Amino acid sequence: MNSEKITRYILFGSSLFLLILTGGMFYSLVEGSLSSFHVFGWRFLFSSEWDPTQGDQHFGALAFIAGTLFTSVFALIVAIPLAFSTSLIVAEYFRNSWFANVVSTSVDLLAGIPSVIFGLWGFYALRPFIVSIGLSHQGFGIFTAGLVLAIMIVPYATSLSNSIILMVPNELKEAAYSLGATRLEVIWNVILPNARSGIAASYILAFGRALGETMAVTMLIGNANILPKGLFSTGNTMASVIANEFGDATGVHLSALIEIGLLLFIITAIINAIGKLIIKKTA
Amino acid sequence: MNSSTSISKPAGKLAVNFRSRSVKSKLFFSVTLFFALVTIAVVLLIIATLIVKGLRQINLDFFTKVAPDTFQAMMANASGAIIPGGILNGIAGSLYLVAISSIFAIPLGIVIGIYLYENPKNKYADLIRDITDILQGIPSIVVGLIVYLWVVVHVTQSYSVLAGSVALAIMMLPLIIRSTEESLKMVPESLKEAAFALGTPYYKVILRVLIPSAFSGLITGILLALSRVLGETAPLLLTTLGNSAVNWNLSKPVSAVPLLIWQFYNDPNMVNLVWSSSLFLMAFVLILNILSKWIASKKRIQ
Amino acid sequence: MLLTRNTTMINEQKITKEQTILTFDDLSIAYDKDKYAVKNVSAEIQKNAITAIMGPSGCGKTTLLRAINRMHELYPNILTTGKINLYQDNIYEMSTIELRRKIGMVFQRPNPFPTMSIYENVIAGYKLNGIHLKRAERDEIVETTLRDVALWEEVKSALHKKGTFLSGGQQQRLCVARALAFKPDVILLDEPTSALDPISTAKIEDLLVELKKHYTIILVTHNMSQAARISDYSMFMYLGELIEYEDTKTMFTNPKDSRTEGYLTGKFG
Repeated sequence: MNSEKITRYILFGSSLFLLILTGGMFYSLVEGSLSSFHVFGWRFLFSSEWDPTQGDQHFGALAFIAGTLFTSVFALIVAIPLAFSTSLIVAEYFRNSWFANVVSTSVDLLAGIPSVIFGLWGFYALRPFIVSIGLSHQGFGIFTAGLVLAIMIVPYATSLSNSIILMVPNELKEAAYSLGATRLEVIWNVILPNARSGIAASYILAFGRALGETMAVTMLIGNANILPKGLFSTGNTMASVIANEFGDATGVHLSALIEIGLLLFIITAIINAIGKLIIKKTA
Repeated sequence: MNSSTSISKPAGKLAVNFRSRSVKSKLFFSVTLFFALVTIAVVLLIIATLIVKGLRQINLDFFTKVAPDTFQAMMANASGAIIPGGILNGIAGSLYLVAISSIFAIPLGIVIGIYLYENPKNKYADLIRDITDILQGIPSIVVGLIVYLWVVVHVTQSYSVLAGSVALAIMMLPLIIRSTEESLKMVPESLKEAAFALGTPYYKVILRVLIPSAFSGLITGILLALSRVLGETAPLLLTTLGNSAVNWNLSKPVSAVPLLIWQFYNDPNMVNLVWSSSLFLMAFVLILNILSKWIASKKRIQ
Repeated sequence: MLLTRNTTMINEQKITKEQTILTFDDLSIAYDKDKYAVKNVSAEIQKNAITAIMGPSGCGKTTLLRAINRMHELYPNILTTGKINLYQDNIYEMSTIELRRKIGMVFQRPNPFPTMSIYENVIAGYKLNGIHLKRAERDEIVETTLRDVALWEEVKSALHKKGTFLSGGQQQRLCVARALAFKPDVILLDEPTSALDPISTAKIEDLLVELKKHYTIILVTHNMSQAARISDYSMFMYLGELIEYEDTKTMFTNPKDSRTEGYLTGKFG
């Protein structure tokens, strides 16, 4: 037996296994959603009624889709200035200094903190603060969950931006300085245009991460299966409703939760694909 | 005095606004610095909170006793004593889960990584890379959902270690694949060629030359993947649920540190334990991270 | 007019003030306290002339050039003593923005802004400084400047394309145009043709000779024959000191210092 051939088969086989694994994952989600889909059809996506009472079950994912989008968009909006500033400090203003090291290490630490610990901090530290300054009654809701989510995705947004900004050639910046530009003008007119798509891609990827986040959001969003009414309203996200209701769900209820999982799968896959596409284009 | 022009200048548009532009630039810098400091402050706050609140609950029992039940905790709280027990079931469970999932994920991940390294340019390999990225992007709760359907329902008919391990393995896989491919790319071509020139069979080149040379990179990737999954809660909620005792049976549920944290959080009597277990988890994850970075920097010069 | 320097004795000079545009006055520049890149340089630069600065690698010529538009300040830990005067004004007392409008710079490798079109590159200086010009004015500046660098005919139909399709020589001329758009008093060039092929080099050299009628040109070059070809005055620097400075013909035919002679005859550097 030719050992070379065997080796090649094993290598190829492993890749095939990956393909089958991922395909199988998708397939199982679809299969699990079928009974829910048979009952509710496409209305599932547009109805915000979510009622698991036996005998009269109605399920619609709209409340969770809205909750997910609301929280993630809000989180992105808060994260962008933080991430952009951090990137500028590390890759431009304090490039190669000890301070940049401190900042980037902090961001790395942030990336390593488990989600449930963020949830704890949000619950015990941030929430009382928000209640005390009068922004919200109980402190639960899109706002609190969104803030914690924002901090969680900052590392994802910065890591790529840092390298993109570092790659802007020095000579372009020097040319701009030699024409009399201030530092801000160099950042705005030279660094940004050259780093624009890479930075956009990193924010898109961070957004994709935010969409799927479960624990911290579950602990802070209030778990109300309603369409969120405003920034401080409580609500629920797709990921957190699965986590919350999974334990007791059977039958159509379970199938509805799986269908939500399928939705999450598809949405995050698309967002991540868009982000990666932008990166490929700029390379 | 000389006139300062020898040629005509563009009509008076050279606005004398140096001052305002400089001010704007400095202002922008201050705002940027502020936001960066905010980010650092949050990190420090979180870590400080964990240390301050968690340290007092950590003692030898912490590592050697299982989690107390809610009654014991209530009694302790009433009398102002430290809650008895520890998180042994969680620690043992986490280690068990991670060990089993490593058995699945590490060999498979490395082999796929080698495949990708050997096929840098063809379309099928690119597809596999894209699939790896998709896998990495799947939210952890969805992974848990799928593994529930596969293992809990069909294989073990109960929440189990096996299910939890499979879920964690799926999450480790893309990280290991990526880091394997990247580490192999850094091994100089000449080493590989020299081995082949000596008539070494393919599989030996891989085992005896490529992997050892890329070893530190591989270890780094594995440690990072481990540190990532040790902190995961969501997929475990759906696959292994938790256990009040230490359990070594693959087809029965087991606890894990993040699961315990979640349990403590949900039980008003156990709330104080939340901080010590979080501190432990954070410290463990951090140490793994630092270890992997240290290894990465050490072996860089060869 | 002749200016001769003898570095063993500092500051003997014959100056004709009307022709001097830039003065170095005992200028020293150090990185990190003790490492001097430029030591006690004093000289006058003539207006409407091409002055070449030459010397072996590490002699401080680039640092000296960059000190003129204070670009060396972009890097931390720089200590500067002495002064540079543009006409009668000490450049260290001006704002850098104002200074850099009067002094333009062209770099070693052509560096047009890749995200801007050719048109936008030429008037990039205005845009960066936030100066709004009327369309007609902008068009005029772009056309005149591109004509001045002999690039107009070649690009006039592609003004709104990005400059990356241009050849190296054309890109460099575009960079010269960009530096010229402000009609600066002085143009600094840091080895501007070292990355170009001989034909493009010749075109740039011709351009510089044309431009000196209206501008003052200071040129750092590694290429002695280039200095010999186009410069009116030459400076020779070695280990941070200004060794010799006089009109080019004299320096090349009858150098006063043995180190100058050594460099020019290829014994070192």
